[in-house]
Amino acid sequence: MTQATAPATGSSSSPAPPAAQKDGRTAQRSLGRRLLARPEVGALIAAIGVYVFFFAVAPSFREASSLATVLYQASVMGIMALPVALLMIGGEFDLSAGVAVTTSALTAAILSFQLTVNVWTGVLVALVVSLAVGAFNGWLLIRTGLPSFLVTLGSFLILQGSNLAVTKIFTGNVASDSIADMDGFDQAKSVFASEISIGGVDFKITIFYWLVFAAIATWLLLRTKFGNWIFAVGGNKDSARAVGVPVNFTKVALFMGVGAGAWFVGMHLLFSFNTVQSNEGVGNEFLYIIAAVIGGCLLTGGYGSAIGPVIGAFIFGMVNQGIVYANWNPDWFKAFLGVMLLIAALVNLWVRAQATRR
Amino acid sequence: MDRTYSRSRRVAPFFAMAAASALLIAGCSSDSGGKEAEEGGSNAAAGKADTPQMTVAMVTHAGQGDTFWDIVRKGAQTAADKDNVKLVYSNDPNAANQANLVQNAIDQKVDGIAVTLAKPDAMKDVIAKAEKAGIPVVGLNSGMEVWQEQGLLSFFGQDEQVSGEAFGKKLNETGAKHAVCVIHEQGNVSLEARCAGVKKTFKGKTENLYVNGTDMPSVKSTVTAKLKQDTSIDEVVTLGAPIALTSVQSVDDAGSKAKVATFDLNKELTDAIKAGDIEFAVDQQPYLQGYLAVDSLWLYKNNGNYSGGGEAPVLTGPAFVDKDNVDQIAKFAAKGTR
Repeated sequence: MTQATAPATGSSSSPAPPAAQKDGRTAQRSLGRRLLARPEVGALIAAIGVYVFFFAVAPSFREASSLATVLYQASVMGIMALPVALLMIGGEFDLSAGVAVTTSALTAAILSFQLTVNVWTGVLVALVVSLAVGAFNGWLLIRTGLPSFLVTLGSFLILQGSNLAVTKIFTGNVASDSIADMDGFDQAKSVFASEISIGGVDFKITIFYWLVFAAIATWLLLRTKFGNWIFAVGGNKDSARAVGVPVNFTKVALFMGVGAGAWFVGMHLLFSFNTVQSNEGVGNEFLYIIAAVIGGCLLTGGYGSAIGPVIGAFIFGMVNQGIVYANWNPDWFKAFLGVMLLIAALVNLWVRAQATRR
Repeated sequence: MDRTYSRSRRVAPFFAMAAASALLIAGCSSDSGGKEAEEGGSNAAAGKADTPQMTVAMVTHAGQGDTFWDIVRKGAQTAADKDNVKLVYSNDPNAANQANLVQNAIDQKVDGIAVTLAKPDAMKDVIAKAEKAGIPVVGLNSGMEVWQEQGLLSFFGQDEQVSGEAFGKKLNETGAKHAVCVIHEQGNVSLEARCAGVKKTFKGKTENLYVNGTDMPSVKSTVTAKLKQDTSIDEVVTLGAPIALTSVQSVDDAGSKAKVATFDLNKELTDAIKAGDIEFAVDQQPYLQGYLAVDSLWLYKNNGNYSGGGEAPVLTGPAFVDKDNVDQIAKFAAKGTR
C-alpha cells in the first residue's frame, strides 16, 4: 500500500503539465484515431467497399428488391450473430448455436403435431427448451470450469444426435411433419415469417426484428450495468469478480441469450418452410461467429459491439448473393469468404493496435 | 437448513413451469391437422422366410438425418424382416470412415455386404478384402460405373447421367427454354452428373447454381437472387425434395414465372405436385434400392441367383411422378417409403 502511494505523491509534486503534453501520453487523440478505436469501423469500411463493388459490377444488384433479398439472408444469420457476439464479448463461444436453431424448430413442430395442439403451445415449449439448453451450457461451464469450446462442442453433438433420434422416434421419418394446416399456424406465420411491403418492395419481417434486436443489444451493452458486466467478464474474469461483478450470472444469461436467439430463428424456419429436416443447421454456428468476427468482436473476449455483427452479417449476405447477381463462377464462393474473413481479422488486429496505442 | 431452503426455492419454479405447460397443452388442442388427422398406415410386409438367419451389413455414404437415406434404410429393413435377415446399418459421408465401416463388417464375419460407392477409389481395397474373405458384396445407389470392375455381385440404382438425360427430354416436352440446375452440395459427383445429363439432352440453355443445402434461408435467397439476375430463366431444376419446396417460394419472391421440377420425392412434395406448385419429380425409388440390395444377397445365399445376371445393373429409376400419377404414389410417400 505504502509502496503504491509513494510514487503517486512523488508524481503529483512534480510540476510541468505542458511537458507531459509534449510527451504525448495525455494528449487528446485525433478524431480519426478515436473513430478507429470503435470495434465496427473496420467492418463498416469493408461493407461500403463490398456494396459499391457489387453495385458497379452487377446490374441486378442495384434493384431495391435485390437489396431486400440480401437483407433477408443477412437478417436470419444476423439475429443469431447478435447474441453470439455478446457471448463472445463475454469471453465465451457457443458451438451448439447452429443445431440449437434446428432443435427449437423441431421441438415446436413435433410437439404440436404429436399432441395435436395449437402451434403456439409448441412455440412456447420450444422457447423453454431453448432457454434450458443455454442455461445448461452456462451452468456446466461454471460448474466444471471447462473451456466453453469443449462444453458447447459436447452439447452440439448431443443436440445433433437428439435432433435426429427424437424426430425419428416420433415421426418415423427424419423430417418433422408439416404443421401448416394446424390451428394458430397462420397467426404464428404472420409473427415470425411475414412480409412488409414498402414502396412496392416486399421486405421479410426478420429484417425489422434484426434491427430492433440490434438496437436493444446496443442499448444493453452501452447503457446498462449488465453491459459493463459483459465487457468485464470477457476482459478479465478474476478482476471482474474482485470488483463485485456477478460473473456466473452474466455468463449463464449470455448463454441463455443465445438460446433465445436460436428459438426465434428456429420459429422463423418452421413457419416459413412448414417442416424441418433434422440435419439442418450444422455448420451455421461458424457463420454466426464469422459475422461477429468480421464485425470486430475479438475471439479473446472483452471487446466488440452489437452493431458490428449486424454489419458482418450484411457483408456475408452481400458477398453470398453478390456472386450470384454478378453471375460469377460460384465455385469460388467459399474461397472468397475465407479471404474476406482473414482480411477482416487483420483489419481488426490493426484497429486494435491503433486503439490501444497511447 | 439454509441450504435446503434455497434448494426447494430453486425447484419450485421448475414444477410451476411444468404444471403450467401441462395445462397449456391440455387447453390448446388444434382442430385441424396434427397426428389425429393423419391416417395410420402399415408398411408393406409379406410373409416371413423360414431360412436360417443371416447377417447383412449395409454401409452407405449418407449423412445423418437426410430424408432420402431414411427411405433407403426402410426398404432394406423391410426386406431384412421378410427374409429373416439381421440388418446391420451404418453410414459415414467421409470415404475413409466408410471404408472402415466395411472393414468392421468383415471383422464381424457377416454373410453379405451392401455398399454405396460414392468415392469408388477409397472403397476399392476394402471391397477386395471382403471378396477375398468370401463375403458377397452388392452395390446400390452410387458406383454404377465401377461395380463390375470391383467384382460386385449386382448393382441397384439409377444412372444419374441417364436420369438427368431423361429429365432434359421431359423439359423439351414442357417447352422450357432456359433452366437453372440447383446443386445443393458442392462437389457431390452424382449431383453434378444429374445436371450434366439435363444439359446434354435439354434443347434450351442450362446453367448450374450452387446453394448451401443445410441452410434453407440461404437456399431461398440465393435462388431468388438468380431468378432476378436473369429473368429469362423459366425452369428451376432442383436435385432434392426440400430444395424444390423452398425454390417454389423463391419463384414467388422473385416475381418470376419459372416452373419448378425436381429429382427425388418426399411426402410434402407429392402434395406440392397435387397442388400444381411443382411440375414433376424424377424418382429413383430409394426404397427399392435398399430392398433389392438386401433381398438379392438373400437370394444369392439361398438360391445362387444373380440379379442383373452379374452383367448389367438393375435400374430403379428414373420414374416420373407428375399430376397424372401422383395420387397413386402419395399414399406411399405419406408413410415415408416412396
